[in-house]
Amino acid sequence: MKTAVIVFPGSNCDRDIAVALESVTGTRPAMVWHGESELPEGLGVIALPGGFSYGDYLRCGAIAARSPIVRAVIDAANRGTPVIGICNGFQVLTETGLLPGALMRNEGLNFVCRDVELTVENSQSIFTSAYSAGETLTIPVAHHDGNYFADADTLDRIEGEGRVAFRYTGNVNGSARAIAGVLNKAGNVLGMMPHPERRIEAAHGGTDGRRLFEGLLEAVS
Amino acid sequence: MKLRIIVTLKNGVLDPQGKAIQHALGSLGFDGVSDVRAGKIFELEVADTTTDDQIDEMCRKLLANTVIENYRVEKQ
Repeated sequence: MKTAVIVFPGSNCDRDIAVALESVTGTRPAMVWHGESELPEGLGVIALPGGFSYGDYLRCGAIAARSPIVRAVIDAANRGTPVIGICNGFQVLTETGLLPGALMRNEGLNFVCRDVELTVENSQSIFTSAYSAGETLTIPVAHHDGNYFADADTLDRIEGEGRVAFRYTGNVNGSARAIAGVLNKAGNVLGMMPHPERRIEAAHGGTDGRRLFEGLLEAVS
Repeated sequence: MKLRIIVTLKNGVLDPQGKAIQHALGSLGFDGVSDVRAGKIFELEVADTTTDDQIDEMCRKLLANTVIENYRVEKQ
């Protein structure tokens, strides 16, 4: 399966996600610079990596969301191409409007960098099919702005539509309803603050993240 | 034309930074500060031909995230 990783100035998890995708698909992802205006043909998955795109200027992900390549990512997402945004990638996806809500400064104001437990809320999506609903995963987080916010109506709607993919078992950042990962309505776009690409081999301390990519590969191919 | 665009958090959106500033004011001995909300100000120099609609679009498309923020425009 062909995949692409979008690289912004200030991305710092682009190589991690590339290694994760390559180890599961056997094919090296295309690394696509933010200034490009077109994506490679025939992509099975597009990944928006973690980091601090454009120095987090204005708001986290705000400038990246208006970059030329992200216009192409939005078009691809609207055509049904699977898109995963991790950490800063999640912030970018909310700034584009592909995902509802916004990610605000952590409630405790601290940068949180540690393993957290997540509960799988929805195991029916292409991103979570390798997990069981209710299963607990251990995946690291590393962010300052991961406090998920949406108004009560939006939260009720996304919960009712089964669009909460993951929840924090203990709320690390003050997120509304402890939401850690959200799907779009069509189910082909996932944003999550935790870093599954940092848990893909035993040397990382576990492989809970690897199954996300394995499940995605199986679902897409 | 000079513009000043003021972006503030909507009511009901928690503001951890504002809370931290409020506590810091309290610890400096300023009693009675019951709330602080942090926001942003943008000062823009734009062509005199810029229309109100264009200014509004700048705010909605980039300067403010209307999921969490309100904005208002002052012309100077």
